Amino acid sequence: MLMPTTSKDIVVSNKLGLHARPAMQFVDVANQFKSDIKVLKFGEEPGEADGKSVMQMIILAATEGTPMRIEADGEDADQAVAKLAELFQSKFGEED
Amino acid sequence: MEIKKGIGVSPGVVIGTAIVLDAEDLVVPRRQVDSKQRGEEVARVEKAMSAGSADLATLRDETKQKHGAEVGRIFDFHIGILRDPTIVKQILREIELNRSSAEYAISVVMRRFAQQFQEMSDPYFRDRVKDIHDIERRLLRQLIGQKREDLSHLTRDVVVLAHDMLPSQTAALDKLHVKGFATDVGGRTSHTAIVARAMGIPAVVGLGDITAEVSGGDLVIIDGNRGVVIINPDAEQLEEHRELERKQERFEADLKQLAELPGRTVDGHEVSLWANIEFPYEIDDAVERGATGVGLYRTEFLYLSKGSDEEVSEDEHFDAYSEAIRRSRGKPLVIRTLDLGADKQTQAKQGNPERNPFLGDRSIRMCLHDIPMFKRQLRALLRASITGDVRIMFPMISTLMELRQARMVLNDVMEELEDDGIEFRRDIPIGIMIEVPAAALMASEFAKEVNFFSIGTNDLVQYTLAVDRTNERVAGLFCPAHPAHLRLVRDVIRAGNRADIAVSVCGEMAGDPLYTLLLLGLGLNTFSMNGPDIPEVKKIIRSTTMENARHVARKVMSFDSERQVMHFLREETRKFIPEAF
Repeated sequence: MLMPTTSKDIVVSNKLGLHARPAMQFVDVANQFKSDIKVLKFGEEPGEADGKSVMQMIILAATEGTPMRIEADGEDADQAVAKLAELFQSKFGEED
Repeated sequence: MEIKKGIGVSPGVVIGTAIVLDAEDLVVPRRQVDSKQRGEEVARVEKAMSAGSADLATLRDETKQKHGAEVGRIFDFHIGILRDPTIVKQILREIELNRSSAEYAISVVMRRFAQQFQEMSDPYFRDRVKDIHDIERRLLRQLIGQKREDLSHLTRDVVVLAHDMLPSQTAALDKLHVKGFATDVGGRTSHTAIVARAMGIPAVVGLGDITAEVSGGDLVIIDGNRGVVIINPDAEQLEEHRELERKQERFEADLKQLAELPGRTVDGHEVSLWANIEFPYEIDDAVERGATGVGLYRTEFLYLSKGSDEEVSEDEHFDAYSEAIRRSRGKPLVIRTLDLGADKQTQAKQGNPERNPFLGDRSIRMCLHDIPMFKRQLRALLRASITGDVRIMFPMISTLMELRQARMVLNDVMEELEDDGIEFRRDIPIGIMIEVPAAALMASEFAKEVNFFSIGTNDLVQYTLAVDRTNERVAGLFCPAHPAHLRLVRDVIRAGNRADIAVSVCGEMAGDPLYTLLLLGLGLNTFSMNGPDIPEVKKIIRSTTMENARHVARKVMSFDSERQVMHFLREETRKFIPEAF
């Protein structure tokens, strides 16, 4: 069965970037979904991470302003991407 | 299969599963495990990870309470790492592909990640390398800690492999399930050797790098008789050693039945069979093997576990003695005051090592040169004396003056206690070790001033024959059967019996069945030895008559060479315990 793939491009907008706490938050949310989650990092040092692995997420070392893409593959892909993108938009609850 | 040669320091043969004690500094040696054992290593990784995250959860909650939610979150990240499926996968792959031990696999994978962080340009991200190191250490501590914990609560029989056994490690051992020791370093008088002999389990030391070659779970044969360790033995080796093991078990089972029976000769002459111990806990085992008292409680351990500048406090003494008294349950307990000085540790601590430490400032001499230290020990001893049948023994006495000085110090301490209103036993029995020829020759004079003698044959042989038995080049000359030594022993026993004071032998001679008939025939009334030796000695005593023992002694004393003595004693002893020779 072909699973729908959804993706969304976002930009890291919080000051410290995708550091330990945001990475944890991201993984915690990602784990609520059945879909496989992939995160791509663009720019000078491009990379790719399993959205359910906090180690891989933090190793992306995505700093403020880094363009990224969230990809989800599975039955709940749409909801997953929406929810995960929201995290970025809310700057992971960080205050400026 | 691999055979490693070391020094057998405690006899017996055991086949068992290995537990390897790692060093505290968490240096993880590269070890390969058997392909069959990979499953076990995987299980260890999983266990360490889940235990690690449980610990972290507790830590997080405590931190959150104390320092606020923000600080506590750092541990959420650590927990997240431990639960990260891709990390587990990498560690398991390392075990699968390279047959690494759990420790090594974790180390390799975590260091690989650390490397990646190290190379990051952003300082904040680069700094996370500390978290990775922290997590690695936590996991390794889990694995190593797991083993340590396991050592005190084992569910199956194991043999313990270590670089060297530390006193704190042996103290924590589950005595029921530890069946053998093998160590990288050590000699005949090492801590491992003493503990193994006291526990009656085989031990081989001085194996070089056995801990690097064996990993936890390997099948290992420890042959303490031949000083050999066989790693992952083949079927033939296994069968051969299983047979040896069975034979030994049968023999030991027979001897165990003896524990309940009195140490009495066929014609009704009764002697006491006591135990030599180093740690209070050894008393339980010794009593189980038939000891009716402790003839020598060595107190050096208290000092050797201390750093060079640290003092042993009065309370530390008191606690150890109280525990020994409690475990003795009213049986006599002879506590020997500090007998240090000639050992490596003490010499190493001194700025100016002695040229000839065995003839130097050791034992009672050292105590009389450090009265405050000596007093602390005596004070604790006296305080403990009211709770059991405690007796004090001064070691290495060579002149009457030394004995009188030691007594004076003891009297001082008694007065101090009285002034402080602290209870103690004023008529506590006082004895001396006879281990210097000068004291042996003056035994009848000493007998007037003490309540008992204990002949330390190891030192008495050394000082009589001028032989250091730890020196391989002359060790062959060391022999308790030397007629000169036997005459001293005979005279000391005689002097003690005439003055009607108790005489014991607490050297290794007392536990060697070869000398049982002789010592009995010479009129010895107390034999003090390592617990495991008691049943065999008792078996001989219970098989002979005093008349026969006296006959053996008379005959032995007529010989002029140790060879004749040993040959004759072997013949006579074989009549009672053919299994032993």
